Amino acid sequence: MPSFYEIADQLHSWLNANFNPTWVLIIEMVLAGVAVIGLFAVLGLVLVIMERKVSAWMQIRLGPNRVGPKGMLQSLADTVKLIVKEGMTPSGADKFLFNLAPYIAMIVAMLLLAPIAFAGNFQLWDINVGVLYVSAISSLSVISVLMAGWASNNKCSLLGAMRSGAQIVSYELTAGLSVLAIVVLAGDLKISAIVASQSDGWWIFKGHIPAIIAFVTFIIAVTAETNRAPFDLAEAESELTAGFHTEYSGMKFALFFLAEYVNVFIVCALGATLFLGGPMPLHIGNWEGFNHAMDYVPSSLWFFGKTFFLIFLIMWFRWTFPRLRIDQLLNLEWKYLLPISMINLLIVTAMAILKWHF
Amino acid sequence: MYRETDIIQSADQSPEGYMIINVGPQHPATHGVLHLVITLNGETIKKVEPHLGYIHRSIEKMCESLSYRQFIYVTSRMDYLSAHINNHACALCVEKGLQVEIPERAKVIRVLMDELTRIASHELWWGAMAMDLGAFTPFFHAFRERETINDIMEETCGARLTMNYMVPGGVMHDIHPNFQRRVKEFIQLYKSKIHEYDELVTGNIIFQNRMKGVGILSAEDAISYGCTGPVARGSGVSSDIRKVQPYEIYDKLQFDEVLETGCDSFARYLIRIKEMNQSIRIVEQLIDNIPEGDFQAKTKAVLKLPKGEFYTRVETARGELGVYIVSEGGTTPYRIKFRSPGFSNLSVLDKIARGGKIGDLIAMMGTLDLVIPDIDR
Repeated sequence: MPSFYEIADQLHSWLNANFNPTWVLIIEMVLAGVAVIGLFAVLGLVLVIMERKVSAWMQIRLGPNRVGPKGMLQSLADTVKLIVKEGMTPSGADKFLFNLAPYIAMIVAMLLLAPIAFAGNFQLWDINVGVLYVSAISSLSVISVLMAGWASNNKCSLLGAMRSGAQIVSYELTAGLSVLAIVVLAGDLKISAIVASQSDGWWIFKGHIPAIIAFVTFIIAVTAETNRAPFDLAEAESELTAGFHTEYSGMKFALFFLAEYVNVFIVCALGATLFLGGPMPLHIGNWEGFNHAMDYVPSSLWFFGKTFFLIFLIMWFRWTFPRLRIDQLLNLEWKYLLPISMINLLIVTAMAILKWHF
Repeated sequence: MYRETDIIQSADQSPEGYMIINVGPQHPATHGVLHLVITLNGETIKKVEPHLGYIHRSIEKMCESLSYRQFIYVTSRMDYLSAHINNHACALCVEKGLQVEIPERAKVIRVLMDELTRIASHELWWGAMAMDLGAFTPFFHAFRERETINDIMEETCGARLTMNYMVPGGVMHDIHPNFQRRVKEFIQLYKSKIHEYDELVTGNIIFQNRMKGVGILSAEDAISYGCTGPVARGSGVSSDIRKVQPYEIYDKLQFDEVLETGCDSFARYLIRIKEMNQSIRIVEQLIDNIPEGDFQAKTKAVLKLPKGEFYTRVETARGELGVYIVSEGGTTPYRIKFRSPGFSNLSVLDKIARGGKIGDLIAMMGTLDLVIPDIDR
């Protein structure tokens, strides 16, 4: 079975044989761009239908079941509807910022797809500070939310944007500290190196209890960072109608919507890469036969399986928990999560120095 | 939008940073066409001013030109979640004027229907309440049970929402042959599912943090604002008309008036959950003991109330519903006044919401269990 890495490698050598290096670079950049845009759209569609099916399952109903087999093409039909729908701009809005905001949300989500290792040795860009890059770019998403809320000239949007600003900036700290715990253990910021360091076992197993604590705080923090329930205060529909995207319609709304889902995918992919070994198969100690059997499962399946497990976890939260209040949300971060993850980082550092981990 | 009211003018003179937000009349949180003008300082609520009248249908005035048989049908549209109990209150008032003694079978059927309505209403409230707090799933779980009650109602009354089943002198038809069997099935279903309510919502730490200690309504305030029903009982004020001034056969039934002394949103939440269990208790006592006999007393074709004033009150799912009829001796009432529980309960919203956050306001509105057509009439 050819792996993604082999396909990419053959394509690269075929291009090198037929074109000069400048053209190869240009063609490869265009191909990568098309791949990212395609992935962005496909992920959005898949995650929307997945969310609707998961919620239907939790709520004793069937969910979409008319368009396509078992309703699987429903989100495609919705996208067509959103594309042809008129995108309204309110008369009092700041037109430039209002129209720019959804594109920033989309671009941030696309940039974040670059360093994700989808399969063994298969990455768009293996930057040497990969984890730092993801942390830095993901914090840009707050700009689009603030911009949308401010430019809409709507009080509900503004309140939602301000909530979101406070929330994303706070929870980034915990997310960053939890990620740092794994960086300390792995000793590298490069995504491929972190993946390679887990070839003999995933960090959640190798890192004792501190790694599990880091994993839990990471999941809570990224749920908040992506504005998902129970932390969806930015778009609390029972309080603020739809929060920062109240005034958006048509494709501009769809871009926010897709960006949210792609962000969920990215943070789950990051969680799977850092804590659950990403494309690495499950290996248990000395069980040679078991380990060998696990190696036959393609690395891309491992990666997507783990990622979608985490996505399911986040969807599970959304459909069972009530929403927090804004002051409780900030209390949770500053009084509990941040101190816990700071102490946890110290413990992990001590562990890494003393070589206590497996 | 709203520029003429006092609150806007005073807010203009108030310190900087005050913001006024219209919640409603079209808003996902208000469950109807209630319009709240909220003055905010950041996220903190400074004042809440409800504006009513968006669904005013002048039901009281309409009743003046309808006969004593006809006007009951209009009242199903007031508090549509307690349609049976509204009809019941009106029928009781007319019967009081006519001095008709209704058959025992009709009384038992009426009480059964009232209690099933109360359960259905509280189920819907529970789902909507959780949805106000951002949890969608409980709504569907609540509707699973509520639909069963609606099916039972549909079989016997022919309608699922506005039943119009209770008439002066008894009930309109006899119960459906399946009624007893299906109610027993419902009791089984309810008992097998009620623990899910506690697992999904009541025991949830986020939910408890959102409810405990917010929306404090002291017993004194509850009395002075005229709160009734679960809102008053959440503050420890005994106000269950079924106990205070029993009507029909409530004095012969075994059930407890649920009282909580928490005074906060969580107390009001617990009251309704426990009331559902008490209603199930009443239904269990009656379902096998429906006496044989007529379901309706013999009344004249055209009802005429003697000259005078008549007042009855019943306990709806929301509190005390009073029906006040002034009769001049004709076939139609001279004046009708309904004392609706929702109106008084809404009036405390400003009192309990001040100083809270926007999210709290929505939660408090949920615990008041407002039905807007009941407030406006």
